[in-house]
This record gives sequence, structure tokens and C-alpha cells, in this order.
Amino acid sequence: MGSTDPWMIAEVAGPRRASVITKAEVADAIIRRARHPLLIVGSLSAEIEVDDRKLIDYLVLLAQKGGIPVVATAQVGKDLLERDLTPDRQMAAVDIAQRLADPLWKGVDGKGPHDLAMFAGLPYYLTQTVLSGLKHFAPAVKTMTLDNVYHPQASWSLSNLSLRDWVTTLRSIIENLEE
Amino acid sequence: MHFAIKELNTSLGKIRDLDISIGRIEEEGWTDPVGPTPFPSLASLRNWDLTLLQRYRPFYMPFCDLCCLCTYGKCDLTGDKRGACGIDMPAQQSRMVLLASSIGAATHLSHARELVDRILERNGHQKPIDVGGHNVEVEAPIIRLVCGIRPRTIGDLEEVLEYLETEVTQLLAATHTGMEANNLDFESKVLHAGMIDQVAMEVADIAQVSAFGFPRADPEAPLVQLGMGTVDQKKPVILVVGHNVLPSIDIIDYLEHNGLSSDVEVTGICCTATDMTRYSPSAKIIGPISWQLRYLRSGIPDVVVMDEQCIRADTLLEAQKMRTPVIATSPKNCAGLPDRSGDGAEEIVADLVAGKASGALILDSVKAAQVAVQTVLEVAPERSHFKVLPSTDMITEKAGECTQCKLCRRSCPNDLAIPDAMKAAAKGKFSLLNEMYDECVGCGRCEHACPQGIPIHSVICAAAQKQIKEETFTVRAGRGAIQDVEIRQVGGPIVLGEIPGVVAFVGCANYPKGGREVAEMCMEFAHRRYIVVTSGCAAMSAAMYRDDEGHTPYEMYPGSFEAGGLLNVGSCVSNAHIAGAAVKIASIFARRNLRANYEEIADYVYNRVGAVGVAWGAMSQKAAAIASGFWRLGIPVVVGPHGSKYRRMLLGRADKKEDWSVFDARSGERVYVGPVPEHLFVAAETKEEAAVMVAKLCMRPNDTSKGRAIKLNHYIDLHKRYMGTLPSDIPLLVRTVADIPLTMKSDVLNILRESGWSEHSIPDPTLLSSQIREKKGVR
Repeated sequence: MGSTDPWMIAEVAGPRRASVITKAEVADAIIRRARHPLLIVGSLSAEIEVDDRKLIDYLVLLAQKGGIPVVATAQVGKDLLERDLTPDRQMAAVDIAQRLADPLWKGVDGKGPHDLAMFAGLPYYLTQTVLSGLKHFAPAVKTMTLDNVYHPQASWSLSNLSLRDWVTTLRSIIENLEE
Repeated sequence: MHFAIKELNTSLGKIRDLDISIGRIEEEGWTDPVGPTPFPSLASLRNWDLTLLQRYRPFYMPFCDLCCLCTYGKCDLTGDKRGACGIDMPAQQSRMVLLASSIGAATHLSHARELVDRILERNGHQKPIDVGGHNVEVEAPIIRLVCGIRPRTIGDLEEVLEYLETEVTQLLAATHTGMEANNLDFESKVLHAGMIDQVAMEVADIAQVSAFGFPRADPEAPLVQLGMGTVDQKKPVILVVGHNVLPSIDIIDYLEHNGLSSDVEVTGICCTATDMTRYSPSAKIIGPISWQLRYLRSGIPDVVVMDEQCIRADTLLEAQKMRTPVIATSPKNCAGLPDRSGDGAEEIVADLVAGKASGALILDSVKAAQVAVQTVLEVAPERSHFKVLPSTDMITEKAGECTQCKLCRRSCPNDLAIPDAMKAAAKGKFSLLNEMYDECVGCGRCEHACPQGIPIHSVICAAAQKQIKEETFTVRAGRGAIQDVEIRQVGGPIVLGEIPGVVAFVGCANYPKGGREVAEMCMEFAHRRYIVVTSGCAAMSAAMYRDDEGHTPYEMYPGSFEAGGLLNVGSCVSNAHIAGAAVKIASIFARRNLRANYEEIADYVYNRVGAVGVAWGAMSQKAAAIASGFWRLGIPVVVGPHGSKYRRMLLGRADKKEDWSVFDARSGERVYVGPVPEHLFVAAETKEEAAVMVAKLCMRPNDTSKGRAIKLNHYIDLHKRYMGTLPSDIPLLVRTVADIPLTMKSDVLNILRESGWSEHSIPDPTLLSSQIREKKGVR
């Protein structure tokens, strides 16, 4: 498998494919540059084990260190609360995608439209469909995925990474945000 | 005019069974006025559609960036680009949705046509429609609603079919290059396709219920057996797969007429199975659509009979591996087999038994039945040694060939961790494989991806052999329609909101985490005293569960249309009875005129009947059409995460107050009613998210305070249980203090105070200005 093959083999998007984030610093630069980023945390984040933790633990750290508002999809809000993070909204993935596509929407915190939406921990195919909706109908919103698989429908995606490389990348992104 | 002559001797010769109908008999004694839209055409209900679509805006999620439907293409439609024909991405996506819905509608319609033609051929035009005797006077609510006629005989259905065939042709034509241009107009046609589909399903089911003696609106339809473990493998076994029950009926009749009923097991997969158990409760359902591959490979079926719809395209290839003869019976699914319809049955049997032919196309279901039975009796004793899956040694050996390339996992629709399970199996540990069995949708893509040629699906099934043997469940045979008296009893509590909702679990078996979730959701809502209705593959999945005492859900809950009931209406085409029940509430309870009065009735259902469809494993184009029919009636549909691949959601915006006003029919004033129901079509990521959504989507503007309090109680309780918090949208759903559930009063009041909430009135809600009784100049 190449580093930029879609994880699900048939999820071939079309002419416009995600740029690959090759280094954690790139992800950090994208987050820092965003005026109003948003983190969308999916149900699988509470199941996926990354090293000695769950994916959700890294996402909580990312949100806290970066001061990034959070949308919890499905029932993952409960898992966030257990980690002392109150999500700004609990919404279905397709619901938040539709809101993001509205340039007049004031955002989950009422502070204005989001210009960067980060996704992690949703089923791969659902992430793909949601990202596709945003790619086509939310020109003002850039998308970035933090799963360890390549998502061609995003604006930026991590490549297909081993668990070890993924841990390193996530830790680096979080540490860099602290600086 | 209609007349029939049994036998007539004339100077010209002898005439037998002459049956002539001219024109349509005008209904005598039906005094209901004909409404505004009898036999509506493509644009007749466009205003209603656009009213819905203004509130529930399409959100498109293209599967790919391209259009490749004509030779101008491929055209890149990314962003705001247009294709060579001028089409843009929203229109292209809605066009694809229309194509899917039209395919679905055409499929049900073609099915209905075959059933009606066969019944007309055997029983004549005057065969009465009887779906429930005196218990069902509104025998065809959807036909009455859409067409404005009241069919009394099977012959009366011909006019309906001709109308439907015209409409499907028009719908398909609208998808041609350079035809429809606007996405909302495509969407209106999608809703039209859904309505046409609902009529077609009703035609099909009332015809087969009337002609074949299926349960007639029977809440106590028999419990029938379901699961691979129920099959007596000592007997010859026939598998019938598909949706059209005609070949199954002929097989069952042939067995009975020849005294063989107890000698042969007749088993089925998918809706054919459901319908044959409505005909004969001794037939057995193997499981939903996803059981095809595992059952074929088990070697248990000795003969396979295919009819139509949702049959794997590789059935013949799979059957050949097991040396199982295949009989195709539908011109829509010839499977590349030679047409043996004109050959003698004995000749075909001889060829199949000798292995000279792997299968035969027999477009005569009586002959096909004879061939199937005679063949199975001869081949079964010879095939006993094929009734095996890989042994445990073989599993270990095959798993040991795995190179951990992960192509299997990357091909799996559910991203199952097959490589990990293979690694464990190579060491003799099968628990991961066994666990995977429940979540496997049986597509077989993993095998096609495997460069080592490991028969992964077979390996999974082999590891789950104990579990397969324990697949012994019961499901209530499809009962058909809902009785008028049942509607009278629950109509009021539903419309007032005191029965918190009607939840229909329908559709296919493309589940994200196995069918058990369907059973769990059914029990959750039945336990909460919702009315739970099932159909199709979902009805089977609902049965595949046992509690600690060994009861299946259909044994735990009554089969009547009442609070806490769990009803299986039947196969895919029986979905019409679910829509029919909603429509009958308007007709029987509220005494609204059904006849050709679609817009008013849909407005009534939308504003008052707290019904929600859940298609947790929706896969097919038929499922798309079924959902579309519910949308036009104003009934929301929740799909599982795979349902997002239908490319488009219909989502409301709870945050836009201006979207949620209705007319108060008493005064004509515009009144805010809150976001109820919030969405018309929405994909849920998990079972838990779906459960919370369903509870919320059951709310309607017409709910009384008592009813809204009951509904809020369930919504808040489920939200707290699964999401860990009180829902943030409570202020949007509480209209007056009386709406607040008593046991939650202080918590809810705190939220309301913090949000700046204020009371608002409960109107007599309608979206239609035509329904305003006293107009005060506010339109």
C-alpha cells in the first residue's frame, strides 16, 4: 500500500485529492494559520487504541492545548465528558457538515464561521462522504484528517501510517501546539 | 364493462373462458369526492415537494467528482464547475438519486405486474381484493390516496399498473442528458418516484395477500422458523432466493400435491423467504440478504431456485463450486443459463442430476417447481459429502498463508480487522474470526482482494460453525395490513402524542455492526411503548436475538398495532402497509378524505403522525425508493452510516427559527413550532445515535402537552444514557411549561431559564394555506 492510496481501495475520489501531511509541523502550521478551527471527534476514537491510550485521549489533548472547539458525533460526547472535556456540540456527522457548508453559520461557539474542520475517529467511509460534501459545497472551509489512513476527499490528510509513526505524529502535533 | 363466458357453443365454434373488460367500472356507492390530484403526473405535487425541500435542504455528498453518463464525459464537476452538458454537481447528484429511486420503483412495479398478471391468468379479473375481511375496509389506502379509485378486484389493479408504468417511464426520461436541469426539480421527481413505488408495493402485496391466502391483517400470524440451524439436513433442501414468491408457491404446491411436503425442506433467503412463510408456515427463513454466500457455501442447499431482486450475481458460480444445480425463473435474471422452458421436465432433471448442465432457465414457474423438486430428490443423497465448511486444521493452514498485506481489510465494507484474526487463527485461536461472523455483511470482497487466494469468508463461517448451528430463531410471519379497528384504537393517542411514536425498521442488511443492533433497537422502543413495525430483511434481523429465557423479540412483544407491539408486516412490498397505516390514521381516525387528496393527507401525516422509518442496513435502489415514498408523506427516515453513500441527506436547520413556522389552521397566523421533525433523511453513525435521533424525530407540531412530555421524556432519557448529558436543544422542543416531563422538571426548567426561553402556543398545524379555516389575511 502506498502512503497515499485510499485506505478503502475503491474510495477513489476524482481529480482533486488531499495534500499529504508529511510532517507534524505542517499540521501545526495549518492549525495555527486557521482563524477558527474545529475538531470533529467520531465514535471510533473511543475504541481505537494508539499506543497505551485511546485516540480520543490524544484528541482531547489537541483540543485543550490548541483551544479548539469540539463537536462530538454519535455517543462520543460521553467519553469526552469522562475526560473532563465538554464538547461544544453533540451532532451527527452529516449535520455538522451541512452547517459547515453554510457560509453564514456562526459556528459551534457563535464566534463566526469555521475555516478549518479537523476530523478523526469516524468510520472511514462516512468520513469520505462527509469530506466530499465539504470539498464540493464548502469552499471556505479547509478540511484535515488525523486518522492514520489517507483520506483523498480532505484538503489535507495524514498518509497511511504505522501505529508507531501515527503516535509520533500525534504527539508532535500536540507538543508543537504548546510551544 | 366486464363480462365472462365460461363455455359457449356457437355456429363458429366453441368458446371457453372468455373474459372481457371494457373501460373502468365507475365505483358505485363511494361518495367521497374526488380530490385535486387523481393519478398525479410528474409535476402535480411539485408545490408540496418544494415546501418540504425548502425546510429540508438537500446536502449532497458526491461519491465521486465526475459525471460519466454520456460521451462528452468524463466531466469534472468539482466545486462549481459544470459539465459539457451544462449540469452542475447538485443537479448531477440529485439526478443520481432519481436514477436510484426510479430503478427501485421500476423493480417493485415489475414485481407487482408479474403477480397481477399471474393472478389474472389463473383467477380472472373478478378475484376480489381481500386483505383483512371485515377488519379492513380501507383495503388500499395508498391507491385511494394517489389514484382516487377504490379497487375491488384484482382486475381493477390493471388501471393502476398502467398509470405507474407511465410514470416510471417519465421519471427515467427526466434523467436523460439535457432533460431536467435543477436539483430541486430532480428532488421533486425523487419524491414522485417514491410515491409511485409505494403504490406499486401496495398493488403487489394486496394482490398476493388476496390471491394466495397470506395472513390477512392478522396480529397473531404464526411464528415461523428462522436461521441456518433450523434446517433438517437429513432431508433434501431447496433454497429459493429473491423477492418474487411465485416459484416458491409452485414448489410448495407441487410438494403438497405429490405428498412430499414432509420429505423436503423448503428454505429461503431475502423477501421470497418472508413471503413463502406467509404462504406456508412450514417453510423456513435462512436469513437476510447477507446470508446468501455463507448458506450456499455451507453446502446445505441441494438445489437453488432464483427468482428476482437482490440475488448475488455470482450465485451460479458459487453453486457450481458446491455442485448445486441452479434454476433461474425470471426473464429479468437469466444468469447466462440456457432457456429450457420448452423442454420436458424429465429431460431437464436428467441433465441437472447427471451434471450435464449446471443450471437451467425455466420461464414457467410450475415447470420450474417440478424440476426443482424432482432434481432435489435425486441429487440430495449424492451431495451429502459437500455439506462441509473448512475443518479447524484447514482454517489454521489457510490462515497461515496470510501475508498480512491488509488488502482484505481495505476491501471490507466494515473495515473488519481480518488480518489480526488471520494471525490469531494461524496459531489455532479462532475467537477473533468467530466474533467477526456477526459483523460480516457476507459480500466476499475480501476474497477477491486476497493475493493468496485464501477463502476468507469460508474461513470466517467455518470458525463460527457452532454459532451457525445455534441460529434457531422465530419470526412472526408477515401479517400484512393494519386493521381499521387497530387504527381507531391508536389513532388518537398517536396524533395527540400519547403513544410516543411509530418506528418502522425496514430495509436491507448492510449493517455497520451486525443485525443484532436492529433487534436491540426494536426491543428498546417496544419496551418504551412505541409501536414497532418491521419488514423485509430488517424483520429477520429483529428476530435473531434471544433473551436469557430463550425468547426471541417476536415472542416477547405482541404482534398487534398497539403501544409496545412488534409487528412484522411482511416483505419489501409490504412496506406499503406501514405508509398505509399512517394514511389510514388521517382517514379513519381524523375522517379526512383520502380520495386523490395527497397533499392534504401528507400535510396531516407530517404534522401529526409521529412516525419514523429506520433503514439501518439500507443498501439497494429499492430501499432508496421506499425511503423517498416516506419522505413525500412527511415521514423522516434514519439510515445507518452506510446510508450516507446514497449521496444526499435532507436536513433541517434547527438553528434557523424562520424555517419552523406553520399556519395555524384556526386563524391563518404563522406560528413557530420548533424543529419538529428536525430532519427528513439523516445518516446516524452508531446505534446509540440512531436511537436518540428516532426519539426526537417522533415529535410533531400537533403533539398535546401530555404527548410532548412523553416524547421528551424518552428523548431526554436516551440522550442522558447514551450521550451523558441533557440535550442542548430542549429549549427548541418545549413549547409550554406543561410540555416538561414531571420527573425532569427542575433540570429542564434550569436549562430553559438559562436559555432565555419563552412559551409559545400550540397551533392546529398545517403547511398548506388551503387548510386554513378562518383566514385573517395572513397567508
